[in-house]
Amino acid sequence: MNPTTAVDDPAPPALQAVALSKHYGSGANRFDALTDVTVSITAGECVAIVGKSGSGKSTLMHLLAVLDTPSSGEVRIHGTNAQSLSARALNRMRNREFGFVFQQFFLNAQQSVIDNVTLPLTIAGQRRGARRERAREVLAALGLAEKADARAVTLSGGQKQRTVIARALAGSPSVIFADEPTGNLDSATGAVVEDLLFSLHRDRGITLVIVTHDDELAARCDRQIVLRDGRIVSDSAAPVAVGAASEEVAR
Amino acid sequence: MRTVDLARTAVANTFRAKLRTTLTVLALFVGAFTLTITTALGAGVSNYIETQVNAFAADDVLLVQAQTDATIAAESEGPAEWDPETSTSSSSQAGGAPLAGAQAEPLTDDDLDTIAGIDGITGIDPVRSVSTDWVSHDDGAKFEFSVNPQSAVTVADLDAGDQLDHNADDFQVVLPNDYLDALGFDTAADAVGADIVIGMTDITGAAHEVEAEVVGVSRSSLFASGAGANNALVTELASLRTAGIDGADENSVIAIAYLESGLTADELDAVTAALDDAGFSAQTIEDQLGIVTTIIAGITGVLNAFAGITGVLNAFAVVALIAAAFGIVNTLLMSVQERTREIGLMKAMGMSSARIFALFSFEAITIGVIGSLLGVGAAMLVGSGLGGALAAGPLADLEGLSLFLFEPASLVGVVLLISAIAFVSGALPASRAARQRPIESLRYE
Ligand SMILES: Nc1ncnc2c1ncn2[C@@H]1O[C@H](COP(=O)(O)OP(=O)(O)OP(=O)(O)O)[C@@H](O)[C@H]1O
Ligand SMILES: [Mg+2]
Repeated sequence: MNPTTAVDDPAPPALQAVALSKHYGSGANRFDALTDVTVSITAGECVAIVGKSGSGKSTLMHLLAVLDTPSSGEVRIHGTNAQSLSARALNRMRNREFGFVFQQFFLNAQQSVIDNVTLPLTIAGQRRGARRERAREVLAALGLAEKADARAVTLSGGQKQRTVIARALAGSPSVIFADEPTGNLDSATGAVVEDLLFSLHRDRGITLVIVTHDDELAARCDRQIVLRDGRIVSDSAAPVAVGAASEEVAR
Repeated sequence: MRTVDLARTAVANTFRAKLRTTLTVLALFVGAFTLTITTALGAGVSNYIETQVNAFAADDVLLVQAQTDATIAAESEGPAEWDPETSTSSSSQAGGAPLAGAQAEPLTDDDLDTIAGIDGITGIDPVRSVSTDWVSHDDGAKFEFSVNPQSAVTVADLDAGDQLDHNADDFQVVLPNDYLDALGFDTAADAVGADIVIGMTDITGAAHEVEAEVVGVSRSSLFASGAGANNALVTELASLRTAGIDGADENSVIAIAYLESGLTADELDAVTAALDDAGFSAQTIEDQLGIVTTIIAGITGVLNAFAGITGVLNAFAVVALIAAAFGIVNTLLMSVQERTREIGLMKAMGMSSARIFALFSFEAITIGVIGSLLGVGAAMLVGSGLGGALAAGPLADLEGLSLFLFEPASLVGVVLLISAIAFVSGALPASRAARQRPIESLRYE
């Protein structure tokens, strides 16, 4: 879990951005949301992506999670260029390897908590019995066992966010992407959710990529990547941020 | 996503927006209802006419007689009790034959040869002269009785039992169902298998009795009347009649000419023209049907009116279905719009575009299936009720008529057609959902 162990590890990094750029529009309307971003995230790391609003944090996270396609540069997953993968392989990877916590809950309000949590397993094609069993396990671990059959709309904000985390965890992902996971929670419930995420990281070795503008949350991560106007201005993994990142890629 | 989960999700989603779904389902319901009613009505009427025609005769035969001014015998009202004083022996050639009452000369052996020699005719069968007096069952009362001489080419519209077996050696009868009460049978099924006694008088005036088994009970038909008798029985009755006297067999007035199979209309015309030149008149089943149809024009008029209504109703159904198709497009487009994020989330979690398309298509089909099943079900209820009421009331004379005939194949056809319309209407919204990029859907406002 210590970033320095990654240097000794011969396996390619779990997630890698190489000279990644993303722009919207064209000509006079062209807007560069991300410019020449190079970063490596090793399996088991806990990384915070921080920066002001509009600095490109979400854009970077979406590109790393292969939810979006870069304008130039590439995203590598375990050393493989994501663009070279088929749509099927990408879907499979997002389904099996990644868990998502978005800034909004995106829960299906009228469905039960357990039906929301089983969604990635349903998509994976698991049988009803197996996926419900797994969901109950995860819900129990997050202290939501007795809410399993309640409709999602009846939950409190903190319970909703825990449900979202349960959904992200259901498929036993190796990476969890969390965009402002505590953004719309009060500080007490926010802290509970933070503890939950960090304990997952600590106990199960799940790689965490957390987008936040909350400095305290960022400080709890092993590593902070700071974005400004679509460029990395500092990366705590290396004192000379950009240069170190490039060196790491070179290795 | 497994297909069962896809279906389950689609059905759940369909019921999520209840009001919207209901309105769309309503339009499909109207379309399905109308289509089902009209096809059932069409099937009922044409099935009735078909059974009547079948009851009348088999294909590929001509009924031939010497040229005359044919008239049609009047219809009779059920059997009258036989009275040896007043009742005359009912000769089959005058009793209920389609050409009955025709005052034609009997056909001579030469005539038969001439007819058989005409191109296109493969054989000629004089209709045997059979005359019967009465029928009784279980030593009960005797009732006037006539045998339809054309039984051999007739397919009875059966109420119960089986058709005649013309190859059998035993004597078989298909009894018209207006004899049931008179002969003391409670139901048509009771009569099947029973033995009846037919009484007749030979040309010397001696009385004979022949026992025969009832193998079937026929509905009284628009086009044919009299009991049916198999070849064995007809032969027996005919030979009893001659009382063993040589040459006493009266020549037949009518003969059945068997045609080469697969004649074209032109070839058939040539055959009739040749017969006409030779001094015979020939009628196909259709000709006869034409004559009889004129008589029952009143009845067919009613049926035709129903058939006319189906045209109007069908147009109505098409309009309802077009409206429903737009309803489905609209319902699903709204649904896709509303569920943008849900779609984005599912895609982010690795659901393929094909499965998203399938999900929305399934929702469209669910709406289609619900609407069409409800429509078909309601149509069956209303149709059976209405058909029953009409059959008991205004149309009581048309025995064996079920005005609405719900054929399983056409019911399934209506459901499939409407589900297909729903699927096609759902394709645009579904492909819009499938093309959605997850990242656009997940951006918060
Ligand atoms: N689809 C788009 N079209 C045009 N511009 C876009 C689009 N998506 C993002 N942008 C722009 O790219 C920039 C980076 O957006 P991004 O969402 O990554 O910011 P962020 O760092 O996550 O901000 P926040 O903290 O507010 O979420 C923003 O200026 C945004 O306006
Ligand atoms: Mg953001």
